[in-house]
Amino acid sequence: MTLTPVVVGAGLLAASGLISLLAPRAGRLGDLVFAALMVAGGLVGSVAAAAALVRGGDADLVVEWLLPWGRIWLHVDALSAVFLLPVFVVPALGAVYAVAYWSSGHNRSARPLRAFYGLLAGAMAFVVLAKDGVFFLVAWEVMALSAFFAVAAEDGKPEVRRAAWVYLVATHVGTLALIAMFALVRRASGRFDLAPLEVAGLSGSLATGIFLLALVGFGVKAGVMPLHVWLPGAHANAPSHVSAVLSGVMLKMGVYGLVRVGWMLPEITAWWGWLLLSLGAGSAVLGIALAIGQHDYKRLLAYSSIENIGVITLGLGAALLGRAAGDPVLTGLALAGVFLHVWNHALFKSLLFLVAGSVLHATGTRRMESLGGLAHTMPWTAALACVGCAAIGAMPPLNGFVSEWLIYRGLLSRAGGAGLGGAGLGGAVGGFNGGFAAAVVVLALTGALAVVAFARLFGTVFLGSGRSEAAPRAHEAPAAMLAPGLVLGAACVAIGLMPLAAVRLLGRAVALAGGGASADALGSGLLAPLSAIGALSAIVLGGAAGATLVLRWWGGAARGARPGTWDCGYARPSSRMQYGESSLAQTAIGLLVWVLAPRRRATPISGAFPRTASLRTRVPDPVLDRAILPAVRRATRLVMSLRRLQRGKVQVYMLYILLVVLVLLLLV
Amino acid sequence: MIDLTLHFLVLLLMPPLLLGVIIKTKAFFGGRVGAPVLQPYFDLLKLLRKQMVLSRTTSWMFLAGPVVTLVATLAASLLLPLGERAAPVRFAGDFVLFAYLLALGRFFTVAAALDTGSAFEGMGAAREITFSCLSEPAVFLGLLALARITGSLELSGLLGPKVVDGWIAAAPTMVMLVVGLFVVALAENCRIPFDDPNTHLELTMIHEVMVLDHSGPALGIIEYGAAVKLFLFGAVVVRLAAPVSTGNPLLDWGAFVLAMVLFAALVGVVESGMARLRLTYVPNLLIGAGALTGLGFVLLLMR
Repeated sequence: MTLTPVVVGAGLLAASGLISLLAPRAGRLGDLVFAALMVAGGLVGSVAAAAALVRGGDADLVVEWLLPWGRIWLHVDALSAVFLLPVFVVPALGAVYAVAYWSSGHNRSARPLRAFYGLLAGAMAFVVLAKDGVFFLVAWEVMALSAFFAVAAEDGKPEVRRAAWVYLVATHVGTLALIAMFALVRRASGRFDLAPLEVAGLSGSLATGIFLLALVGFGVKAGVMPLHVWLPGAHANAPSHVSAVLSGVMLKMGVYGLVRVGWMLPEITAWWGWLLLSLGAGSAVLGIALAIGQHDYKRLLAYSSIENIGVITLGLGAALLGRAAGDPVLTGLALAGVFLHVWNHALFKSLLFLVAGSVLHATGTRRMESLGGLAHTMPWTAALACVGCAAIGAMPPLNGFVSEWLIYRGLLSRAGGAGLGGAGLGGAVGGFNGGFAAAVVVLALTGALAVVAFARLFGTVFLGSGRSEAAPRAHEAPAAMLAPGLVLGAACVAIGLMPLAAVRLLGRAVALAGGGASADALGSGLLAPLSAIGALSAIVLGGAAGATLVLRWWGGAARGARPGTWDCGYARPSSRMQYGESSLAQTAIGLLVWVLAPRRRATPISGAFPRTASLRTRVPDPVLDRAILPAVRRATRLVMSLRRLQRGKVQVYMLYILLVVLVLLLLV
Repeated sequence: MIDLTLHFLVLLLMPPLLLGVIIKTKAFFGGRVGAPVLQPYFDLLKLLRKQMVLSRTTSWMFLAGPVVTLVATLAASLLLPLGERAAPVRFAGDFVLFAYLLALGRFFTVAAALDTGSAFEGMGAAREITFSCLSEPAVFLGLLALARITGSLELSGLLGPKVVDGWIAAAPTMVMLVVGLFVVALAENCRIPFDDPNTHLELTMIHEVMVLDHSGPALGIIEYGAAVKLFLFGAVVVRLAAPVSTGNPLLDWGAFVLAMVLFAALVGVVESGMARLRLTYVPNLLIGAGALTGLGFVLLLMR
């Protein structure tokens, strides 16, 4: 019953860009038609998905098609509804943003980009809806390919082409793993679909195989380290509204796949959970540490996506451990945290990418080092950035804290204990509570590093004074680019102030993925603290806003003269003397040298009247730049040495044939 | 009701007194009479009456910074038990909220510092956010150890009556926790050996250098917020080191206030007896504190 509007919404998303191609090449009509169709599809779909979450009830739709094995089998349940919401909300907002940001008038690539953007959004909806394996893979490929073309929108630039190719290779490695996974699923159940598997047909090694292949296939899409290689480049080089969709929504398709496969498997082995937990912990810390090392704010946001996916993966690992141990409290809390973080990350990361797009639009540079003081020229964008940065740093009055708190609370339910006299410390998870405690500490470290990364981002881009001519000449973003951000920011605040309502919405999905007991566990007073958190958040938000106004008035801020910054009495400060992003990061990078291994190129100061001195630092990606690319280069060199055989002379080839025939004669 | 009123009175009024005690202790060791113990209160009142000077580089963030920091610190203080008395707001997992409220304060202090565009304040900001990356895990390890000892997940339980059991059954762990958290308290509040609150300019490495450009009421709010933060960390250390509970509310409150004064005096003694560390050694000391609380936790695991 709820399926028809969802399919209509998904269809509208997929068709919006293609329909808008009919509009005349010049003029804004195409952009407007596209945005209107996307918003319509988004509204219809998100209302239907929300209804599916509130009212429950599964729905199916089966259409036969001509391809072998498969049929179009769509299915919506609470689990799909959780992931459908961001699929419908974020791309629609991004399309509104694109009307001003990537309009046909200014960008030649606007028309094809609209088509691929719409296809990408629609395909993601069908990925979540698909129940049949073959149809799922088709939707998955359409999503992957349209994302490739969307990333490559500015294909005139070599770094864009490179990022797109790396993405294309990586995503197909993932798809390969998924095809293998479906083959194993068929071996276990005799069917190619995403239905729960029976214990009977499933040996231990088969289940492990399915899980590991799913981890590789979906992990590549989600960007779990070390499978994240495509992510930073693609996010940094795509148009910003595409980056918002990639990071906010498409990464979550990988998470969806992992959750779905976890739901399919009837029994969970504990080490799978520990594997996910450790991969998540590693991604979280390394992701945010690498974010601190970036000079390009879009790349920084990309690495922070790896961090957030790490937090989600960590929570997912905890939920699997809870299922393996039959611990509904851990399962319920961890799953609720995972689902809410999926929403939250979709909200604040899309918000930050849209803000990044506005900054890029206004200043033309992605280097933080050339920016500064944008809070004066772009006050609304700065306010939105402040909300996004505080939310992504998991700071309390906003939504990020709520989901991280749920994951913390789940881990703590095992990491704490029953006191010195209590016995029930170990339990079925092999008595390894130290692992949960370590996860708590990792989350705490991640949180502290996130404050470094985002205080640095916000401080260098929006505060202080401009470090180049680009910054003071910036202009506030037009309304079409601000409005989507306002919606996303308002949602961040709303979830922060009403966390209980948001988590209640997730009840059905938790029950589905973690078993009814885990949802019941959430009902039994475990979530009561959320109202206290919401109330305290409201106090902080209201108190801070009120007190700031009082302080302005009390201290006579508006009346006094405005001298320059005191700067310890230095008379001629210049904006280049400010602490820049590299100097801000340097202290932290100094502590993290052993993981980041920054490369530096310096021209030292020499002589009494030094002419030039420079210092460049770069933090390379540990997997792509240090492992894969060198390996590829070495392999290429090896293969190139074979080229010596190829002389282009017929006589030499005749000689080869003669030799081969001789060898064969000798052998046979 | 009386308890709650006392809670808020002590919480709101006592923090500047700690600064006064520290200054008095340092004067004693320096062979001086020193300023009156109540001097910080007079300073705050004086600052509140002054007019602010705002740099033209600054934006709304410059004023929002101190305010959000104070509001967040006060909100965090609602979660902390004082002495044996439970906190006004408490729930399982509230210490996570406590830590992240302080992180919110840090984010806004740092943002306000960067808003001035001064290299000095940027330098302080970089240090503040970096060092907190080291103290945060230390605090969480300490609290996890306490969670194992007390079997509770709320601050009022972690620092509640069961702390006594910890001293009886796992004294080595408790010693490590007290020392580790005391070091973190010094670092988070920018006291010697991490930072010197009495000097100025770039010599003052972390906190004072971030607030160079604030003046008048804004500076007053910052000073008061810093005092409240010192009070909060002091309350944690005091509760761990001296888990007194007599059963008589008045005696308990008296013991708590006395213990807090002693804590401040101890900070004063440390400041008198030590020099500020070289900046490069600060991480080592903080990692040491984290290792200490971590070791305390591991000792519990092996029981």
